[in-house]
Amino acid sequence: MTTMTTTTTTTVLEASGVTMRFGGLTAVRSVDLTVNSGEIVGLIGPNGAGKTTFFNCLTGLYVPTEGKVSYKGTVLPSKPHLVTDAGIARTFQNIRLFANMTVLENVLVGRHTRTKEGLWSALLRGPGFKKAEAASHERAMELLEFIGLAHKADHLSRNLPYGEQRKLEIARALASEPGLLLLDEPTAGMNPQETRAAEELVFAIRDQGIAVLVIEHDMRFIFNLCDRVAVLVQGEKLVEGSSETVQADERVIAAYLGTPFEGAPGAAEVAEVEAAEAEAAEATADTPAEGKTP
Amino acid sequence: MTTNTTKNSGTPENSGNADNTGNTGTTAKTPASVPTSALPLPPAAARIAVLAGSAAALLGTFLAWTWTTAFPGDLTVTGYPGGLQVITLVGAALTLLFTLAGQGIRGLRWLIPGGTNSPVLLLSLGVLGTTGYTMGAIAEHLGGIVNLEPGAWISGIGALIAVIGALGLPSDLPTDEPHTSPWQRMRHSLKAPAPPRAKTLPDWIEILIIAGSFGIGLYILAYGIEAYSELFIGFLITTIFGATALNRAGLIPRLNTLTAKHRNVTFTAAIVAAALFPFTQSDASYALIGVNILIFATVALGLNVVVGLAGLLDLGYVAFLGVGAYTAALVSGSPASTFDVHFPFWAAVLTGAAASLAFGVIIGAPTLRLRGDYLAIVTLGFGEIFRITMNNLNGSAGPDLTNGAQGIPNIPDLEILGWNLGIEHDVLGFTLSRPANYYLLMLFFTAVVVLVFRRSGESRIGRAWVAIREDETAATAMGINGFRVKLIAFALGATLAGFAGTVQAHVSYSITPEQYLFANTVPPNSAFLLAAVILGGMGTISGPLIGAALLYLIPAKLQFLEDYQLLLFGLALILLMRFRPEGLVANKRAQLEYHETDQLDVPDQQKLPEGTVGASKAGA
Repeated sequence: MTTMTTTTTTTVLEASGVTMRFGGLTAVRSVDLTVNSGEIVGLIGPNGAGKTTFFNCLTGLYVPTEGKVSYKGTVLPSKPHLVTDAGIARTFQNIRLFANMTVLENVLVGRHTRTKEGLWSALLRGPGFKKAEAASHERAMELLEFIGLAHKADHLSRNLPYGEQRKLEIARALASEPGLLLLDEPTAGMNPQETRAAEELVFAIRDQGIAVLVIEHDMRFIFNLCDRVAVLVQGEKLVEGSSETVQADERVIAAYLGTPFEGAPGAAEVAEVEAAEAEAAEATADTPAEGKTP
Repeated sequence: MTTNTTKNSGTPENSGNADNTGNTGTTAKTPASVPTSALPLPPAAARIAVLAGSAAALLGTFLAWTWTTAFPGDLTVTGYPGGLQVITLVGAALTLLFTLAGQGIRGLRWLIPGGTNSPVLLLSLGVLGTTGYTMGAIAEHLGGIVNLEPGAWISGIGALIAVIGALGLPSDLPTDEPHTSPWQRMRHSLKAPAPPRAKTLPDWIEILIIAGSFGIGLYILAYGIEAYSELFIGFLITTIFGATALNRAGLIPRLNTLTAKHRNVTFTAAIVAAALFPFTQSDASYALIGVNILIFATVALGLNVVVGLAGLLDLGYVAFLGVGAYTAALVSGSPASTFDVHFPFWAAVLTGAAASLAFGVIIGAPTLRLRGDYLAIVTLGFGEIFRITMNNLNGSAGPDLTNGAQGIPNIPDLEILGWNLGIEHDVLGFTLSRPANYYLLMLFFTAVVVLVFRRSGESRIGRAWVAIREDETAATAMGINGFRVKLIAFALGATLAGFAGTVQAHVSYSITPEQYLFANTVPPNSAFLLAAVILGGMGTISGPLIGAALLYLIPAKLQFLEDYQLLLFGLALILLMRFRPEGLVANKRAQLEYHETDQLDVPDQQKLPEGTVGASKAGA
């Protein structure tokens, strides 16, 4: 069903020198990234670092200004549907389900690239059509069981709770039988318990032989999950490596928390602040008196 | 807090049966969930008022309503209701029936699986509307209320008493909000609970019910087609209130579940019922209305592929009907045609459809790269371009192809398998007139289009259309080639309109460019086609068919409105969008959308127990 899990590492995704400019703004600057089979790679960075833009470059929603993206050795076309066809599926940062379709239908839409029945076969309803339709249904229900939503197959997707919508989006992406799954903030807005469940889900997906590239702000989630983490800051890749390397890297901390004061950030500053506060208190004590005198 | 109490105490009460309604209003003391009524009457008195009022309205129809036969429909005979009296009679009888069903009389319970009192209120309002309209029309027509005979007064006052009584009946749904104004209380009284799941009956009974329902539906539609102006207005009032009442009573939802279960039976029953229509008509003019409705409805259904499924707003759709019609006319052997050819009908149909398909692709290929409003503007433009081009291909402004504004007259009648559709035939003792022949031919095309719509809608390509409509970016990210899929929808819609056009050319003898306007008082035109789809219900099969029938009949029957037609039509659309945005027939999705409270924001019960404590701790 899925491609066999090879222990030898093969490169699934290779992005080299990807640059994306919008007019004068360079959102992504010459980023290289590889994802190997069986790997979970994390992509982190502060807000506005260009993570989602980079994702859009990978999936053909944007055509990169420079650089190229190849999947399993072949350069990817710059049309989203062809990228999905090639084997890269994605989810969206702000959930983009087909709100007024049922849960099952959402997953069936994900099967689009793996089925070929056109208008004629739909109109004539030959045995081939029925077989393909039945197979699609079966596969879609399998996926819904996998994410635990089979009992809600007939619900409208917009009526699902938030966490389940996230899961459904993943199931929809999996329906296209991808070799690489791109997850854009899969745990945004989830409580810790749901996040843990999402973690399990991503591991289970990896165990099916699907490589995963994930954008996330939840650091515990990322460091539990990922074999490798890349940090994107202001459109540029700052570091890449194991969780420990990234966690220890001062530049990463600086990017998230800001750099400490130059010189001695100790007693002098504290004294200064205290002096300022005392002055302010004095000023407020004075003002009412001044207000009365005239 | 309040919502909780309603939910808890509300469920047992509104489970929807007859026995609770009479007493709970007075006995239940909890302020939270008392069924209110619009007027403060004791329920027993209210019920008696409804019964007595309806009975009076019913008996009044057997008396003379006016003294002269000058008012259409002869309302002067005592002991034999005619014209509008019949409609009042039927309405009053239904009111009585539903009131008695609400009393819990055995054998009538099946009438009210959903609401009990709101159907009574709606029906009595319908009776009052019809009777009041009739009285007003008589007074206006003959000059003064002196022309009303006692019968009219008895029915009118009876209907009024029935409405007052119905307003005093407790509402079907309990409420926790103090509805201060009577208007709000009345609107609340019109609501009703959804019927619970029905017992499954043996298949053959269910099929009989479906067949019977379609028979009744056909009879009602045929009655409307044959009605003269005044009668039609009364018919329309009663039908609208009656249909809403049946919906509130839960009968229409029940029927919908049955038709959804036996879809092929439903399809066959609908086709058979529609095919029987010309056999019930002695007058050829009614069959002509029938065939025109079918053409309009078929094109509307084709447009529904484009608008309802793929979500592409096409404002120039009537042009494709025109392409089909012009192509068929040009190859029909008409002496006015520039081509001296006479294709057999099947070849003409294929040529017409192919021409429409080609036009669809030519127009679609550049425009479908646009989204939303821009597509609407461009299609609107193309619709006009078609009409103007046909006008100008007259030999002076351009090459002579279509005779310009004169169009192509004298299109010969069809002959299929030796059956000349232009002359009358006697079949099994029934006379089939020329329009009746075409009606049956058109019905075949309608059936084909219904099948095409259903099969394409429920397939990989149909899901892709809906996905594109919902979110184009996400759809392309799921591997759907948006442009290609949209072009298929556009071309399919064009082809279906082309089919209808080939028949239309022969039905109407001659075609001119002015038949294919954007907006006109006579359907089909682009605006009415779109309105039929939206009014009927986007993405459904029966919706555009019903919408088209209404939009054809209303202008045809109310010709005295003349200039006000489009104004009233606009008002009606606004009201509909305000009160029933999903259209007359809601499809499965729209229905789910409007019952989302069943599912929305329900906490995930299965998962919580294990880790709730941990989660709340972590959260704190």
